[in-house]
Amino acid sequence: MTAYKTPQTLDLEALAIKENLNLPEGLANLKAKERAAIPQQEMPSQEAMARACNMEEVALGYTDNQVIVEASRCLECKNAPCVKGCPVSIDIPGFVGAAAKGNFDEALEIIKDSSMLPAICGRVCPQEKQCMETCTLGKMKKDPMQSVAIGRIERYLADRGSSKESKVDKALPTGKKVAIVGSGPSGLTTAADLARLGHDVTIFEAFHKAGGVTVYGIPEFRLPKSIVQQEVDNLEAMGVKFVYDYLIGRTRTIEQLMNEDGFDSVYVANGAGLPKFMNIEGENLVGVFSANEFLTRANLMKAYDRGNAATPIYQSKKVAVFGGGNVAMDAARTALRMGAEEVHIVYRRTEAEMPARVEEVHHAQEEGIIFDLLTNPTKIIGDENGRVTAIECLKYQLGEPDESGRRRPEAIEGSEFTMEIDTCITALGNSSNPLVTGTTPELNITKWGNIIVNEDGMTSMPGVFAGGDIVQGAATVILAMGDGRTAAKGIHDYLTK
Amino acid sequence: MNKIVRKKQLSSDVFLMEIDAPHIAKSRKAGQFVILMLDDDYGERIPLTIADGDAEKGTITIIFQAVGGTTLQLSTLEEGGSISHVLGPLGTPTHIKKQDAPVICVGGGIGVAPLHPIIQANKEAGNKVITIMGARTEDLLIMEEEVRALSDEVIICTDDGSRGRKALVTEPLKEFCEAEEKPAEVVAIGPPIMMKFCAATTEPYKVPTVVSLNTIMVDGTGMCGGCRVTVGDETKFVCVDGPEFDGHLVDWNSMMSRMSSYKEHEADHRCRMSEKAKELSTQGA
Ligand SMILES: Cc1cc2nc3c(=O)[nH]c(=O)nc-3n(C[C@H](O)[C@H](O)[C@H](O)COP(=O)(O)OP(=O)(O)OC[C@H]3O[C@@H](n4cnc5c(N)ncnc54)[C@H](O)[C@@H]3O)c2cc1C
Ligand code: SF4
Ligand code: FES
Repeated sequence: MTAYKTPQTLDLEALAIKENLNLPEGLANLKAKERAAIPQQEMPSQEAMARACNMEEVALGYTDNQVIVEASRCLECKNAPCVKGCPVSIDIPGFVGAAAKGNFDEALEIIKDSSMLPAICGRVCPQEKQCMETCTLGKMKKDPMQSVAIGRIERYLADRGSSKESKVDKALPTGKKVAIVGSGPSGLTTAADLARLGHDVTIFEAFHKAGGVTVYGIPEFRLPKSIVQQEVDNLEAMGVKFVYDYLIGRTRTIEQLMNEDGFDSVYVANGAGLPKFMNIEGENLVGVFSANEFLTRANLMKAYDRGNAATPIYQSKKVAVFGGGNVAMDAARTALRMGAEEVHIVYRRTEAEMPARVEEVHHAQEEGIIFDLLTNPTKIIGDENGRVTAIECLKYQLGEPDESGRRRPEAIEGSEFTMEIDTCITALGNSSNPLVTGTTPELNITKWGNIIVNEDGMTSMPGVFAGGDIVQGAATVILAMGDGRTAAKGIHDYLTK
Repeated sequence: MNKIVRKKQLSSDVFLMEIDAPHIAKSRKAGQFVILMLDDDYGERIPLTIADGDAEKGTITIIFQAVGGTTLQLSTLEEGGSISHVLGPLGTPTHIKKQDAPVICVGGGIGVAPLHPIIQANKEAGNKVITIMGARTEDLLIMEEEVRALSDEVIICTDDGSRGRKALVTEPLKEFCEAEEKPAEVVAIGPPIMMKFCAATTEPYKVPTVVSLNTIMVDGTGMCGGCRVTVGDETKFVCVDGPEFDGHLVDWNSMMSRMSSYKEHEADHRCRMSEKAKELSTQGA
């Protein structure tokens, strides 16, 4: 682990490079080799021990100097492999190039051609598996983490732009009404595109706040709520109506929206939203939570603010989180911030296989989360009051590679051991919540309960579209947003054909 | 925002509120509930059964005991005021069918409120309904009039004998199970311990027994799993699979310990809230 550098130090280092290379003016004279030699700019962050005690954002964002230096690392490849790695094909060399020249407004406009939510995606996209995985610079350095830090540049541009009035050209009203089920990233994106095209858009949200997983799941220290709220405010300003406390499938059905309430089209973006459990003994003991429950209490219900929030959260000392994805990292780091003394990530494979963003894994490690890898819980043990006291685990080892080349973890016989803990959080992902599909038999679904759509995002029910996690399975914000875009286009064509 | 159109105090700490909620009033069925929240930022989400509803007027009725932070605060709201958030109707409606033998409805304390729409629906289905109402003492009996208007027979039990039989509800329940005409079904709603013993009472007689569980909840949509209970060998989510389950299959001990997950927090919060409620009611006076 590298030593901590303050934002000021990082900025001064960037300034030195900038002056040395005479950026941005001197950029045109830099050869590829020289650009590649510029060190990647580290993300300024709160110091690990300090941040483990607060809920504030960990990553603080690049400074002006840093963004110019980082953007100058881009080789402006003709074939732009990074774009192929981006699920929504943002013109990456285009915006990075503009940023390198200091043309920040232009750079943001280029992003906005393809992405609705850059402030969110810049923070939460798994860049090392997308644009940074295919980036030429990373290939040269044999490490995708050493690619151009595309997401950090994106975040800088979005944050800088959000303080400015964004002008929206709205088409004349079409007189068509569209209902959107769910206010997660997918629903918000569709709403924005459709409102711009002049349609009358209403979002129905089950919760009392908009944002979906980005407000109830992803914690403040990774994605401040104010950023999501800003998007919601923008939509309201564009005339999008938000109806809260409205559960489609219970309050009204999709059929009723279409046949009785006068909607011409519906976009179903209700997310995944059904927590998976392991089905091991003891899972219903007191002190066992799904990450969804734990995070919702902590985030949306503000249980971190103990003095003010009415919603309680379990008082934990030793916590074990099962899983290796973003959800697991978020739960573990939240538990730490809620006052746990010891937090373990218990994961069956190794760090290399963890689906979480690499940056989150590093942050978790820096904060002192203990990683019990190649370990799998087999049983949760409780006391006479039904409260968790320990877990029993089995050790694993990686076996021979299978056909797909993946080395499968195999249990080591007789390696059982117990770990004393008082809280377990299962972060094994989500499957699809059947509330909407169960009350809309006309919707064709897969055997996992995901809604099936065509290339325009339309379901088996004419006029009803779907996208995001309910179609993809628990996936990513960027895919949810991409689906939202596709569906908005599909809905517009459907309504105006 | 849902307006409170009527408020009535039913006993020392039990209140009735009729609230404006047109969509819920239209869709709701017997056995369903709502989740409400009072404060946008710091409020908690609590489940309350829909005790009655009027689709034409667009209102639903909730009945609650002011015991926790949120219900105490709710009890300080007055007619004309409003509740920030009401989500519903939630849960799977009661399955009601025409029965050849009587249906026994057992309501303990405030449990009579959620029982009311079930009695109503059974009556509409043409069933003979016998209602057993129980409470610690006379003052805590609620909705007697409404229940009498709907039931073919009403038996009242109090722990202290201040009204009706001095007995637990399980006593008359057992007598009905032993009677010649075995009940077709028992529906028991009340404190968990009462439901547990009702289920234990009817089990030897193999009388199907439905209970309605009021577990801790957050979202009420099946997203968090906080409301889960063990029923038979399966894990069920009360907010979507329930709230009604086969009382003979519920793992009562697990359910009751889960309900006490936040004991410490609640005790602490209750102190602070009752002070606040006092403060508010003196301000209002
Ligand atoms: C803890 C956690 C961390 C994550 N971290 C990352 C990350 O770092 N990077 C990343 O890319 N992705 C991450 N994800 C995944 C990402 O958040 C989702 O893929 C994305 O939010 C899906 O968007 P969506 O719009 O499809 O659904 P959601 O965000 O799930 O939104 C669905 C909305 O619909 C509402 N709703 C549900 N049912 C109904 C109904 N019947 N009626 C009305 N409203 C309804 C819900 O309340 C919710 O607000 C994470 C997920 C979790 C849980
Ligand atoms: S692949 Fe990397 S270096 Fe090449 S254009 Fe894209 S971001 Fe720049
Ligand atoms: S209350 Fe969250 S799943 Fe039931």
